[in-house]
This record gives sequence, C-alpha cells and structure tokens, in this order.
Amino acid sequence: MVEQVNFNHSAGVPIDERVLAAMQPYFRTYYGNPGSVHTAGQQSAKAVENARIQVARLIGADAKDKIIFTSGATESNNLALQGFAYRNRRKGNHIILSQVEHLSIINTVKFLNKQGFESTQVPVDEFGLVNTKALEEAITDQTILISIQHANNEVGTVQPLAEIGKIAKSAEIPLHVDAVASAGQIPINVSDHGISLLTLSSNDLYGPKGVGALYLEKGIAVQTIILGGGQEYGIRSGSENVPGIVGMGLAAEIAMRQQPEFASYLTGLRDDLIQGILKKVDEAYLNGHPTKRLPNNANIRFSYIEGEAITLHLSFQGFLVATSSACTSKTLAPSHCLMSMGISEAEAHGALQLTLGRENTQAQIDRFVEVLPPIVEKLRAMSPLSKDVPYELFENEEHEHHH
Amino acid sequence: MYSEKVVEHFTNPRNMGEMEDADAVGKVGNPTCGDLIWIYIKVKDDIITDVKFKTFGCAAAIATSSMVTELTKGKTLKEAYQITRNDVADNLQGLPPIKMHCSNLAADGLHKAIEDYLRKTGRTIEDLK
Repeated sequence: MVEQVNFNHSAGVPIDERVLAAMQPYFRTYYGNPGSVHTAGQQSAKAVENARIQVARLIGADAKDKIIFTSGATESNNLALQGFAYRNRRKGNHIILSQVEHLSIINTVKFLNKQGFESTQVPVDEFGLVNTKALEEAITDQTILISIQHANNEVGTVQPLAEIGKIAKSAEIPLHVDAVASAGQIPINVSDHGISLLTLSSNDLYGPKGVGALYLEKGIAVQTIILGGGQEYGIRSGSENVPGIVGMGLAAEIAMRQQPEFASYLTGLRDDLIQGILKKVDEAYLNGHPTKRLPNNANIRFSYIEGEAITLHLSFQGFLVATSSACTSKTLAPSHCLMSMGISEAEAHGALQLTLGRENTQAQIDRFVEVLPPIVEKLRAMSPLSKDVPYELFENEEHEHHH
Repeated sequence: MYSEKVVEHFTNPRNMGEMEDADAVGKVGNPTCGDLIWIYIKVKDDIITDVKFKTFGCAAAIATSSMVTELTKGKTLKEAYQITRNDVADNLQGLPPIKMHCSNLAADGLHKAIEDYLRKTGRTIEDLK
C-alpha cells in the first residue's frame, strides 16, 4: 500500500504523542469531577486550572482574563457571537464581520439576524484581505461587536490584525477574533492586537478533537447559551472534559514553545510545494495572498478541470487533500471565500486546498510535485474546456442550477 | 462514497477523447455547475458504430460519461435513445444520492447527440418510433 500523506490538516490533525500521553491518566486514574470537593475532584480541578494557564500564555492573556473551555471552535464562535449579542443588546444591535469568516461565524450571525440583529459583511480584495476602509465605514452608533478572523482556513490569508485592532479600539467596539487557523502557526497576542474575545480549537494545535476555548478579556460579559450547573465561571455549563482540556493545555504549551521552529519548517515546505506546482503545471494559480499567508497553507486552482476528480486521483496515490469545489460540499454550494475574492464559480471548481503539518517531510513534497502534473494532464485531456474553449463561452448559456 | 464500478470507470474511462469525423455531438451541462459533458457519435444505417466523450467534472460525471459510451456502442438510434439516467447509474452499481441529480448528465448528452444526428438527416424523434 502507498504511504498515506496528510496534506489536509485544516480538516484533521493527528494528536501530538506527548499530548496523548499526558491525557491518558485522566481517563481512569484521575477521573474525578472538578466540581467535587473530595481529593479526586480537586486533582481534576487543578489540572483544568493548569490547562487554563497554558492556553492563556499561548495568546498572551492576563490572569484576570477568562479562558472558557468549550466543545470546540464552533461552540466558541457561537458563544462569542450569540452570548455577546444577547448580553449587550441594550447597547446596540449591529455586528460587523467579514465575507470570508468560517461558517460557524457566518451562520451564527444569520441566526442573530432573525432575532433582530443587523449585520454588515465587510468585503475582501482578490487576495482575501479585509478592506479596512470598508470596515471603518461600516461602524455605526449601533455597532456592538466586530468579528474578524486572524487567518483564513481555506486560502491561508493572514489579516492585518494590528490595524483592525486599532480601528476597533478607537471606535471603542470589542473585537472578536477567530484564531483557529492561525494559533500555533503565527504569533498572536491579545493585548498587542486589542482583542477582547478570541476563539481557539484544540485539534488545530495538535490536541484532541472535541475541545476548544473562548478567551474573554476582563470586563467582557457574555450571556450563557448552555445552561446547567454553572461550570466555567457560570458561562458554559457541563462537567468539564478533563482529559480533553488537559490535552489542549499541553498542546497550547507546545505550540507556544515551538511556534518559530514549526513556522520556519512549514514555510520552507509550503514554498517548495507552491513553486514546484506553479513551475510544472500550466494555468495553475495561487489563491490567497502570496506572502501574507499561513506557513502551512497552499491553495492552488487549476483551469479546465474539477477538484473532486483531482482529489480522488491524488488519494489513489496516497495524498489526502481537500478541494474548494462545490461538488464535494454537502450543499453543492461553491466556496464563499473564493467567491468573495472574485473568483468565478467555474474556476473555483478546480481549486485544491493543501494544508501541511509538522509530520510532513520534504520527500513528501517532492513526491507530490512529481505525482500531480500527470493527473492534471490526464483530466485536461478529458475536458472539453481548454485555452481555445474557455469558460466564458458558456457564461450566458442557460443551465439548470442545482445549488 | 463511490462504488467500485464508478472508481473503475473514473480511473480507466472508456472511449475518451475527441472524434474528429463525428456525425453528431451532444453537449450538456455548464462549467458553472461543475459538469460539462460532450458526447460524439458516428452513425451508419441508424446504428451507432462509434461513440466518444469529453467531460469536465467530478468522478461521477466522468464515470457516467464512460458508462454511457459502453452502453451505446452497436445500438440502433432507437435503442440508444431509450437509455436513461437510471440505466447509467444502475450499471455503475449506483451513485451517491447527491450526485444522482447533478452529475448524472451523460444520458442527456447521448440523447442530444441523437437529436443532433436526426436534425442533420432531416428527421425527428417521432421518425424513430
């Protein structure tokens, strides 16, 4: 069997072995509930508090701030937006986000729109960078929250967070940052960037799945959206997932300690991957920003062919990758990120999303660059589209749209 | 997700490529939707003697194109016109439900190619009955 190579880390990351080892005792030996007064409970409570400090350090948070453990980034984003909106309703009803946010932001804001909240989606340029001028102009006296991601999970573009933080601060509006894709990849500091709420995912830090966190600056109040026994400062009820939290804590500590080393290693691999592909394949284009991008992200589109077909051929060769093609999504809708960047639906079908990880090697990059061009060639030979028969010929043709 | 038969036809598509001396062509789909299928036919005495395809699309689009060419070769125009989307899917051991609607266009392409041929020879579908 061919070696399985994961170039799809944005979907799933293998847990760090040290993290797995650290979690192990909390399943059977230290199984106590942190809410219990007895010794077993208090051992667990201590472990959770230790993890809180580890996570806080990763993002430069202060001891007076809060780290709320959740079931993952989707819950953290729901809590940040819904919780903040409900709690601060009397201050206003307007929320600002960007067009390229994760669906757990976009769909939560859509839900809030039905509860009477207004929202503005700030546009991005062709590289996926948020238009900061449009952001400034979107602020009204009703605006209560700005939610902008640190980096985009799909195309890897890193937003100008310092500038966005300044805009939010001068307007005195709290800034929420979805840092799922960027944490551990590039430095982030909540006080430097003027961040009041921040979302983290454990698995993206090489920790276990099913755990995440929400950072809340001192003085930021959110209404609980999960009611119960009042765990996590009364903000997120439910007995703590102690092994998961312990794992996320250590994963955050490792990510902080080794971030510069990982970033320089991955940037090297990423650049070889991007340059290798663009050199060997005609009419292949990089999506996202050429330099302001995550160390582990390469997103490339290939004209005249469809991404699911490329993905399947690559998987026969052992490479696990993702595509932005609508044909693989559950809704058959094209990627909202690529659409916002002005890429046509037809072109978006041919986009490959490659997200590297710590365990990837130079040899894997080299093999990928060898394996990919014949696949593209094979599919292009099959396609009726080409330089002579471009997409534009079909633009005005009637078609049955199935989205 | 995909049956063995779909994977097999996707990996080794039959009758793939352009046909320069085709008697008729059927074009269906749209690149915006992610599927574009062209079916070429060569006809002699109302029998499809050769058939080829070119397809832009996902694995289901490619496999159904390949399968429809296999089902078509040697058939009369009338027999070939009766091949349905479901026939194509059944011969591929089924398709994922989400792909049944969007990528299963190859039979439509074949029908269009036959209609194109009839038009060129001054006939209509009624004439086949």
